[in-house]
Amino acid sequence: MDMLAGKVKMTQQSVNNGMNPTDMLERPIRLHAKDVTVHYGAKQALFGISIDIPDRAVTSFIGPSGCGKSTFLRCINRMNDTIEGAKVRGLIELDGEDIYDPALDVVELRARIGMVFQKPNPFPKSIYENVAYGPKIHGLARSKSDLDEIVVSSLRKAGLFEEVKDRLNEPGTGLSGGQQQRLCIARAIAVGPEVILMDEPCSALDPIATAIIEELIDELRENFTIVIVTHSMQQAARVSQKTAFFHLGKLIEEGVTEDIFTNPVNKQTQDYIMGRIG
Amino acid sequence: MTNISTPTGRQASIERTRRVRDGLRRRHLHEALFKGFGLAAIIAALGFVAILFTDVLIKGIPAFTQANLHLEATFDPAIIDVGPAPVRTAGQSDADFRAASLGWQRDVALLNWNKVVEASLRAAAPAGFEIDSRQILTVAETNARHVLREMFVNDPSLLGQTIKVDLLASANADNWVKGNIDRELGDAQQQLSAPARALIDIFEENGTISMGFAWSIFTNVDSRAAPASAGLAGAFMGSLFMMVIVILLAVPIGVASAIYLEEFAPKSRLTDLIEVNINNLAAVPSIVFGLLGAAVFINYFKLPLSAPLAGGLVLTLMTLPTIIIATRGALQGVSPALRQAALGMGASKTQMVFHHVLPVTFPSILTATIIGVAQALGETAPLLLIGMNAFVASIPATPLDQATALPVQIYLWQANENRNFFEARTSAAILVLLGFMILLNAIAILLRTRLERRA
Ligand SMILES: Nc1ncnc2c1ncn2[C@@H]1O[C@H](COP(=O)(O)OP(=O)(O)OP(=O)(O)O)[C@@H](O)[C@H]1O
Ligand SMILES: [Mg+2]
Repeated sequence: MDMLAGKVKMTQQSVNNGMNPTDMLERPIRLHAKDVTVHYGAKQALFGISIDIPDRAVTSFIGPSGCGKSTFLRCINRMNDTIEGAKVRGLIELDGEDIYDPALDVVELRARIGMVFQKPNPFPKSIYENVAYGPKIHGLARSKSDLDEIVVSSLRKAGLFEEVKDRLNEPGTGLSGGQQQRLCIARAIAVGPEVILMDEPCSALDPIATAIIEELIDELRENFTIVIVTHSMQQAARVSQKTAFFHLGKLIEEGVTEDIFTNPVNKQTQDYIMGRIG
Repeated sequence: MTNISTPTGRQASIERTRRVRDGLRRRHLHEALFKGFGLAAIIAALGFVAILFTDVLIKGIPAFTQANLHLEATFDPAIIDVGPAPVRTAGQSDADFRAASLGWQRDVALLNWNKVVEASLRAAAPAGFEIDSRQILTVAETNARHVLREMFVNDPSLLGQTIKVDLLASANADNWVKGNIDRELGDAQQQLSAPARALIDIFEENGTISMGFAWSIFTNVDSRAAPASAGLAGAFMGSLFMMVIVILLAVPIGVASAIYLEEFAPKSRLTDLIEVNINNLAAVPSIVFGLLGAAVFINYFKLPLSAPLAGGLVLTLMTLPTIIIATRGALQGVSPALRQAALGMGASKTQMVFHHVLPVTFPSILTATIIGVAQALGETAPLLLIGMNAFVASIPATPLDQATALPVQIYLWQANENRNFFEARTSAAILVLLGFMILLNAIAILLRTRLERRA
């Protein structure tokens, strides 16, 4: 147990990855959530979550298993709509626009807020088709060459192009786990979303693939607002500028990543970071 | 926790290993037993299938060859005592000419053509062979006279000529040649008279009778008067029409209902009720669908009795639950990850279904559909209730004409009183039906592997 705490301490040096905390706090707010509660049937999973998510930065959600991180993430692109019996209350705004407004089209929302899942889930189609799918259904490419360009640039941004450029027509499911996850990231950014949600994107990957994705997330931060759920505190410390700690369906503490890891205010946060809640 | 390095710890560890080892023997025994049962079940199943197939093959294959008579028929003017066929004269109206030729044809039909048949048979028999008219005619199939008459109507210039004709030997003669009849039986128990039997033996020796491929099975319709000429063409067409109707109706309706129920319908009491009912429908005996068809399609909608259209509709009703259940099963089997991936990309529900879910389930939907259609094709009971067991002596040209179906034909033939002959014909019909099924399944497998390779 003490060993883990030591590890966290070690990584604390790597916190503050190139962005200074005050700079982060001055960034405009992209997503604003207020008093969000979620019920699955009779069971309440989230209790009044309020949080602001800054533009073009990485925000990480941490917390013990079952505390509601994924649930909250799924509220942001309304994936909870697809779950039988899930009921979301409260306010979530993207650029000041209520995303639960009945007049708003979910399809459009999901084009603006992309998602990467825990287990890589490429379509059982070719690599090219995987990336081209989003632009196709949203009508983003005016010609075949337009589409080609989007596919190539998305694969480049996801750091996958060099590895797959000779086999774009082979099935995406034939790639390694890490490559598949980067393909999913490429697929998400091909639509040009403003926000990318990632639910434990590295939990099914080995350390090297994880490192590559973390580096990628760090690069993507320049153009996208990223929200990432992770179980690895080191990962949260390495990639995120803002961290939110969830426990038992409540948001316990949120703030600049560095502060949360070096100087948590709340006793529960402290315990979790020290490895005492698991 | 016990520490393995202490003496007591080591003892506990030895004890634990011993227990695992004891249990192991029992576990392996269970596994061997289960494997043994499985293997025995497969061997038994294969054995039954093998017995069935050998039986059908042994009985059916001889029916594909048939005894033919090679005769010289003389269109004797003494027997064919009609005037010349009317020729159209100048100034004669259409109606007049048609009336004249119909009158002539009627006259031709009234002649005793059996005399021509008898004469040609006698011509092939050795000189002075003692046999009476009735007996000698039992050697050729009863339709021989129609065949000769048709030839003459089509070509009146045959009058007075002698030409070579191939006629079917009668069913009894066919059986005698094939050795299906016990030669030791007394005259009283024989279907053919002694002179007829002797003549057939002579014909076989001098080459007047020979075995040939039984094209009649494929080209002729059923016949009661002339069993040797009975064929499956009518039943085959009936089945084909029904298959097309089932494919055109049951497949789109079934697949669409399954997609709606599985992907779009809100979960409510009503949809639950529908689901339970569909599952129950699949278990309804097929004869009940026949009753329903008779009540609805025949009595209410006034569709013609014995029509493939009515039969196809009944079989459609019967096949729908199978297709719906199989399609829903396939849709349920699609991993939620794929659905999430599609929805997460901003695909609408319809796009998710048509772009992602259906393509991966298509092969299994196709297989299920073809199996459903094949099942429908083999169905007999409901067709009996809408009159498709009627004796139909013509090939149906449209789905509204009277027809039978392959399985119904099998049912009719196996009940035919001419057991010796129709046992083989029945097995032959079964072989044709099985061949049809195997063809359908082969198409299913081919399409499936094609599509799976493409996906
Ligand atoms: N589809 C669902 N139906 C019912 N309850 C659910 C559903 N999804 C999540 N829950 C419940 O909601 C609570 C929060 O779950 P959630 O998946 O958001 O946790 P999490 O923080 O992501 O956990 P983990 O770190 O293990 O992924 C849990 O108690 C869980 O059992
Ligand atoms: Mg989760």
